[in-house]
Amino acid sequence: MAVMTILGAINHTLDQQMEKDDSIVLLGEDVGFEGGVFRVTKGLQQKYGKDRSIDTPLAEAAIIGSSIGMAMNGLKPISEMQFSGFMFDGYNQLVSHAARMRNRTRGTYNLPMVVRMPYGGGIRALEHHSESLEVLFAHIPGLKLVIPSTPYDAKGLLASAIADPDPVIFFEPKRLYRAFKQEVPEKDYKVEIGKARVVQKGDDITVVAWGALMPEAIKAIKLLEDQDISVELIDLRTIAPWDRKTVVESVKKTGRFLVVHEAYTSFGPGAEMISVINEQAFLYLEAPPTRLGGADITIPLPKGEHHFIITPEQIADKIKDVVKF
Amino acid sequence: MLTTKFDPLKDKMLQVLDPKGKVVDAKLEPKIDDETLIKMYETMLLGRTADTKALQYQRQGRMLTYAPIKGQEAAQVGVAAALGKEDWFVPAFREMAALLYKGAPLKQLYLYWYGNEEGNHFDPDLKILPISVPIASQINHAAGIAYASKIQKKEEVTVAYVGDGGTSHGEFHEGVNFGAVFNLPMITVIQNNQFAISTPRSVQSKAKNLATKAVGYGIPGIVVDGNDPLAMYIATVEARERALKGDGPTLIEAVTYRLGPHTTSDDPTIYRDEKDFKDAETKDPLIRFKQYLIDKKLWSDEKDEEKIKEFTDYSNKIFKEVEETGLVDLDDVFDYQYETLPPHIEEQRQRAKERGGK
Ligand SMILES: Cc1ncc(C[n+]2csc(CCOP(=O)(O)OP(=O)(O)O)c2C)c(N)n1
Repeated sequence: MAVMTILGAINHTLDQQMEKDDSIVLLGEDVGFEGGVFRVTKGLQQKYGKDRSIDTPLAEAAIIGSSIGMAMNGLKPISEMQFSGFMFDGYNQLVSHAARMRNRTRGTYNLPMVVRMPYGGGIRALEHHSESLEVLFAHIPGLKLVIPSTPYDAKGLLASAIADPDPVIFFEPKRLYRAFKQEVPEKDYKVEIGKARVVQKGDDITVVAWGALMPEAIKAIKLLEDQDISVELIDLRTIAPWDRKTVVESVKKTGRFLVVHEAYTSFGPGAEMISVINEQAFLYLEAPPTRLGGADITIPLPKGEHHFIITPEQIADKIKDVVKF
Repeated sequence: MLTTKFDPLKDKMLQVLDPKGKVVDAKLEPKIDDETLIKMYETMLLGRTADTKALQYQRQGRMLTYAPIKGQEAAQVGVAAALGKEDWFVPAFREMAALLYKGAPLKQLYLYWYGNEEGNHFDPDLKILPISVPIASQINHAAGIAYASKIQKKEEVTVAYVGDGGTSHGEFHEGVNFGAVFNLPMITVIQNNQFAISTPRSVQSKAKNLATKAVGYGIPGIVVDGNDPLAMYIATVEARERALKGDGPTLIEAVTYRLGPHTTSDDPTIYRDEKDFKDAETKDPLIRFKQYLIDKKLWSDEKDEEKIKEFTDYSNKIFKEVEETGLVDLDDVFDYQYETLPPHIEEQRQRAKERGGK
């Protein structure tokens, strides 16, 4: 066992997988020589060479588009969008081609490719560096989207993403990159895509969160310690396809549901989850299933970001509201 | 025509002042009045001083991520000085000196990097577009502005900036090509500062120089010594005349060197060649332009020191104002989303207020 941050766990996993599988290549802006602006890929070009850890021209369509070609011709590309807010020029390639190639070619070509990108706010960054764009991927048939919240899951989910025969978007909660450390096994292991993790068992309400908001949800539960509210907390880990079974079973037990995300509220990931809960657990509900999401405003620059960021206090209040409904 | 005399296909570079501030070809030396020459130099010096201070504020934890301009002052001021008040300026994000010359208040430029949207709230008479972070995307806006100028017969030119990294981007191609196809009054300036973060210029293009890209678009292109404000000035004057005559866009590559980090989160010593860096320092645009003005008896070392002190005090004063007033109000983050805020977002605002948001 080694103690690692999320960032360290991603670096370690890329290293471990590249060592094992020559067909894996990394590509993106600044990922090679300097190891990316966050240093997630640090040292990998030095170890595996320039052919397998590529500093590309500044061009997201080329990064994702060429990844598609690589994946069709025997490689397993792991590309990086420097920030999720800059993926839009590559988005055309993802939606128009990556998501469709298997279906379009009747299964002749599947695309074992991973697109990594840091996402989310709270790091006092410039414009376009703070968005939570889960739904732009989760909405598209043919794509998968995973988001770890711990070093352990970062390793296991990334290993699964790399092994997956279809394109996987791997969101990295950059606010947590170096926020805390955890023991991570040295051995190669996987965390199954599409499987949520019950972080804490409880009877009164099911709270679902993921990524950068997991620690906030945990803090919120601490704030409620003297309130006699028993919370079941679920780390969703995969947004598409999300683990309906675990969540629905939990709601059937607790009768209450709250989903928390930094993504904009309207048409956000919570809307989909609440629909499914209404469809599959309606008769078990003691309160309307509820969401707490980012306000429907452009995420502000740092000096106004506190108006947007979701705090443990807000989450705790929302839990109380749902339980007291 | 400069663009034929300095043919990018022959890898020629336009230069008026050498690194020591000597005029290399008297026929090229522009006739700029003394007042303008001094304004150009003072703006470069203010840009340099405000830039140095911004880095310091950042290191003291008072400023957020900041993208320095050190070394690129001539590539900016040489162009801005050749523009009219009526001309549009479309920045990327590393053009502080050009924006200052165009009339943007330092307070706003600081506010932006302080993390406040007010930093982009320019007086519309300045005809400055907001900072554009998504690389190269702004060139298409410039093309649209220039298209509107053309069909509305407005006597104005649009200048768009982009970095060397930006020339690899699809949007660069789309924007420059759009301007060329419709013969628009538009100038695209590539600030080739040799790096896109850690990625060297050589990774962006196999072409010898970036101005040759103009050939493929069917428009004139020129490589200019971007550390020479007079060369940048005459290249822009010619491009502007061409644009106003209806002869279409020009692509200017300003060859310069980023003497600072990419942003305050970057450490250039990891990837840059220290010999190149030392060499670039000797080509500093301020050194050569100062010498030129001293030779013309328009400036002196004493004056320089005086001005640096004045600009330092000025930067400190402005930044203090920024710190005193720079927080963003709750209403501000809601007010500009739409002309009329939809009711569900209005509700979100009210709830944020009930929670004590201000
Ligand atoms: C579309 C897009 N992709 C990635 C980024 C992240 N990024 C910010 S600056 C930069 C490098 C830009 O290099 P260049 O165009 O040469 O301009 P310079 O920073 O040198 O002024 C990158 C990759 C971005 N802002 N936009």
